[in-house]
Amino acid sequence: MIRYIPLGIFALLVVLLYFGLSNDPRKIPSPLVGKPVPAFNLPQLYDPTKRIQPEDLRGQVWVLNVWASWCVSCRAEHAVLTQFIKDNQLTVLGLNYKDESPDAKVWLAQHGNPYKVIAVDLDGRVGIDFGVYGVPESFIMDKKGIIRYKFTGPIDQAAVEKVLKPMVDQLRAEKG
Amino acid sequence: MQRLYLIIISFSFFMAVPAINNLAYAGIEVRSFEKPEQKALYNQLIYELRCLVCQNENLAASNAELAKDLRDEVYKMIIEKNMQETEIKDFLIQRYGDFVLYKPPVKSSTILLWAGPFILLLLGFIVLFFVLRHTRKQASSTLGSTQRNKMKKLLDTDNHQDKEVK
Repeated sequence: MIRYIPLGIFALLVVLLYFGLSNDPRKIPSPLVGKPVPAFNLPQLYDPTKRIQPEDLRGQVWVLNVWASWCVSCRAEHAVLTQFIKDNQLTVLGLNYKDESPDAKVWLAQHGNPYKVIAVDLDGRVGIDFGVYGVPESFIMDKKGIIRYKFTGPIDQAAVEKVLKPMVDQLRAEKG
Repeated sequence: MQRLYLIIISFSFFMAVPAINNLAYAGIEVRSFEKPEQKALYNQLIYELRCLVCQNENLAASNAELAKDLRDEVYKMIIEKNMQETEIKDFLIQRYGDFVLYKPPVKSSTILLWAGPFILLLLGFIVLFFVLRHTRKQASSTLGSTQRNKMKKLLDTDNHQDKEVK
């Protein structure tokens, strides 16, 4: 009996470390899921005299995608995100996070602009309200303006198929 | 005994590492405070709050852009909004979750974290108990009659030899 104790401890450690490996420490559960979308009122990238706030998008399922021209992973997700938006005719607000507006425009001219509207969060203050800590991040809002899902990191095809598309379909089926 | 001391010394060294780490300053923006309490609160908070980008650094030690923004935010909350410690922590927890605190609150989801070391200690004691009982049992286990005879013979010859030597 006794001689199996080290083996038991070893097995326990293996299981523990295995789960440790499959966990991504960068994925922190957001306390914002289930809460109303934080209020903001920001200038738009292409026309800073016009402003945009969450109320303008109420009544539909929409996505807030946090991105910046300096963000390398944003370029990685851009093609997938663009296709996802096109396939689902999704309303996506781009939150241009701590970016220089001319740089952002150059970036969009190069890679294409899938966003319905882009809000400029120059000092990152709205980013703090959304608990942004690693760009890109995406939030899915339901018709009532409640945050229902948060995706941290670059969106890939697997995430679209397994999580994001089903979530959008589910929220669209809900009553507004 | 020497080995035991070595273990204790090296262990206490590792325990001291986080304390040394706490002294590291990276976030050295020049801040002015009206009251010493505000300064104390600011310094306390930037040590207790975690930088979410680097994860193993607090706001005080982190060079990340977000850490700088959050230091600014904490400073503003203290100076402009005159917020208290719990209010500032709540503000950040509402946005970033409990993870922003280096010392997580005791909750159902964190109970394993808090109770874990004690459970492991208990497990250690249980294992120790069984190991000790096992060795004691081995030591005091009774011998069969043939073994006893064999032992007696051995001891007798031993005694005999001892006498001869004397």
